[in-house]
Amino acid sequence: MTIDAWLQAAIADAERRGLPDLKPVLETLAKATTALRAADFNQSAVDSRQSSVEGRRP
Amino acid sequence: MMTIEEFSRRLRAGEITSTQVTEECLRRIDADNARLNVFTLVMADEARRRAREADKEVASGTDRGPLHGVPISIKDIIDIRGVPTTASSRVREGHVAERDAPVIAHLRQAGAVLVGKTNLHEFAFGTTSEDSAFGAVKNPHDPGRSAGGSSGGSGASVAAGMALASIGTDTGGSVRIPAGVCGTVGLKPTLGEVSIDGVVPLSRTMDHVGPLTASVADASLVYHALLGDARTAPPVPMPMHGLRLAVPRKYFCDLLDDEVRARFDAALDRLRAAGAHVDEIEIRHAADIAPVYLHIVLSDAAAYHAHTLETMPDRYTPAVRLRLEMGRYVMAEDYVRALAGREVLAREVDAALAQHDALVLPTLPIVAPPIGAATVEVGRGREPVRNVMLRLTQLFNVTGHPAVSIPAGPTSSGLPCGVQLVGCRHQTDVLLKVALACEPQITGVSVPRGGTSGG
Repeated sequence: MTIDAWLQAAIADAERRGLPDLKPVLETLAKATTALRAADFNQSAVDSRQSSVEGRRP
Repeated sequence: MMTIEEFSRRLRAGEITSTQVTEECLRRIDADNARLNVFTLVMADEARRRAREADKEVASGTDRGPLHGVPISIKDIIDIRGVPTTASSRVREGHVAERDAPVIAHLRQAGAVLVGKTNLHEFAFGTTSEDSAFGAVKNPHDPGRSAGGSSGGSGASVAAGMALASIGTDTGGSVRIPAGVCGTVGLKPTLGEVSIDGVVPLSRTMDHVGPLTASVADASLVYHALLGDARTAPPVPMPMHGLRLAVPRKYFCDLLDDEVRARFDAALDRLRAAGAHVDEIEIRHAADIAPVYLHIVLSDAAAYHAHTLETMPDRYTPAVRLRLEMGRYVMAEDYVRALAGREVLAREVDAALAQHDALVLPTLPIVAPPIGAATVEVGRGREPVRNVMLRLTQLFNVTGHPAVSIPAGPTSSGLPCGVQLVGCRHQTDVLLKVALACEPQITGVSVPRGGTSGG
């Protein structure tokens, strides 16, 4: 799920639950998740080198 | 502040009694608690009874060790048998603890006198101790400012002389932050060392129990008592000459209040002058600390609170309820990414410590913020108070390394600020040796703090 799709769904769910004040909080979380997904320690199925996190120690 | 070391010496010399010092703590609570909002429960009758017992034991030659007869306050998130554990939340109304948490049992065995339970940020989920069913904790140095959090009542109780030490919990900095802004020492041991059974959790994978005290030696005494080892004397300080310290300047010193920076740099100058080598190192993934921490703490907290968020949402303070609700939207794949980041960060801190005895960095980028402030001016702009207060402490909850905050002297406005030392995992005692050596240089005070004061 993309972060944009997740954020839209989360805001809609919060409004359905009567928690509109969650919207700015969820937007903050979306920024943090964007940063987390951009970190270079994340692995992907198309990585040329598969290794454990331990194996890629700095 | 009288230190535990001084109390212990004078108690055994017959100069003071536990009853006298306990009464003085209770007098200060009676005088200032309404103004500072430090305690959720004062256990005056039990404290007096325990103090009398401690004095009788001393008179009959029974010595339980350095904490014998010492008045100590307990964060109201730790179970004490027969009294409520409120976590400063209306969600916990009606709760009474059935048994002592292991850390409380260890303190009792060590002869400590429990004077009461201290106010905190609701469920330990905040850095200011403002969002509490009992109202905000006020900073003894300036009641218009926060006492830090989440163990704000613990820090304030020691700073205000209401207890000689306090037991707090630290999930993102909640021992070190109030220690920093209240001017006390605060120790977060290595993750997993001190039992967290009988403690209302925030994040079971990052929660720590630790002491707030007037000195590093006292922190060592209380830390060992929490482990069930009440008879250990403070360790011998590591020799200053040749001590190897490392400053992670990038990220950790990028965003600092000018006066906090000045106090930190002055402490480094004194450490160098005393013979320490101070290098600079880099935590390469420092920019990822906050996202990693946030995704873990939110998920852990949301899992614990999911049921009560559904059944009694209005009993939470609004800000804490929103933060807990935020955690219910974290996706599993992002939690797993955060766990991967946690391993990377732990190894980077391990690597930084491989050639050094400790990392040294400020405890907080700012002094105590005004109560009610949502943002604070730091550097060239305004930043959210919560983000700024967690910025320099949360890494070591993610990685589990032991860390101790030591007062670095007041700013020009008289407000405390702290310097943090961080040691190798599972070597908390080695960190305490380093901290004992560095304490005079960090505080800028050549005589032991509290060593000449009474009461």
